[in-house]
Amino acid sequence: VIADRPRVAVVAFPGSNDDYDAVWALTALGAETTLLWHASERLPDDVGAVVLPGGFSYGDYLRCGAIARFSPVMAAVAEFAAAGRPVLGICNGFQILCEAGLLPGVLRPNASLSFVCRDVALRVELDAPPFTSRCTAGQRLVIPVKHGEGAWFAPPQLARQLERNGQIVLRYAGDNPNGSVDDVAGVVNERGNVMGLMPHPEHAVDPLLGSGDGALILASLLDATRDAVPVPV
Amino acid sequence: LRATVLVRPKQGILDPQGQAVEDSLRHLGFAVADARVGRVIDLEVDAADPGQAQAEVERMCQELLANPLIESYKIEITG
Repeated sequence: VIADRPRVAVVAFPGSNDDYDAVWALTALGAETTLLWHASERLPDDVGAVVLPGGFSYGDYLRCGAIARFSPVMAAVAEFAAAGRPVLGICNGFQILCEAGLLPGVLRPNASLSFVCRDVALRVELDAPPFTSRCTAGQRLVIPVKHGEGAWFAPPQLARQLERNGQIVLRYAGDNPNGSVDDVAGVVNERGNVMGLMPHPEHAVDPLLGSGDGALILASLLDATRDAVPVPV
Repeated sequence: LRATVLVRPKQGILDPQGQAVEDSLRHLGFAVADARVGRVIDLEVDAADPGQAQAEVERMCQELLANPLIESYKIEITG
């Protein structure tokens, strides 16, 4: 094992469809990536970060992410998060983390009634490890979204509290594709080690394909993972 | 015992699905307003009496069937 290659587990649920893209992007950025089936009750021992990818786990039955949170792996993910280790949820992964109570708020059907699939501009509100250390506050990122239920919602009091705590990490800049409260595109938990976002950083890791901005988020995660991994001597 | 759970989007929460239904009904010529779309969950509950069934289904709503941030629910126990 090469000490400086961060190990990341990408969890595949029944209905995930961006799991391989996440694995590809993280691997391209230098991670040793494990695709982990949701039925696994534990995470690989030496894993330094967990990514819940996009898709339509359990067919979005009941509510997006509502069923996936009962997957056997989720207890281990919650434990990992409780230990302060980084967990990133992208799109459906974000929905799952909200339903699991690991992130504040909930994702609702887009206000437009339409599925949106396009590049969107984002503004970085928080530049901090483990998810946005490679960005600067106020920076504009272009990353695609593709979702039908991406309108993040929190009651006004909760939304204000998150704003005060600095838990709003990303906002849509000008063009809100889904009608989310306060243009929120990505949030972290109170401790800052669990993040969810609707845009897909794993689909924006190469300027040849439109944008490389997503790599800033994934590389931030890998930096944090690398720092956290004890180096064997 | 039979239980029926009605889950509705909370008041004041934007309901795009309800809006689409309302628009379609208007398109058909019906004079309607404020359409909201929720969901119905019918259950067979193994419980000794209606009170116990009610309490059980209440827990189900809180833990899974409804998301308290955005949805309200109503439980009916029959038979």
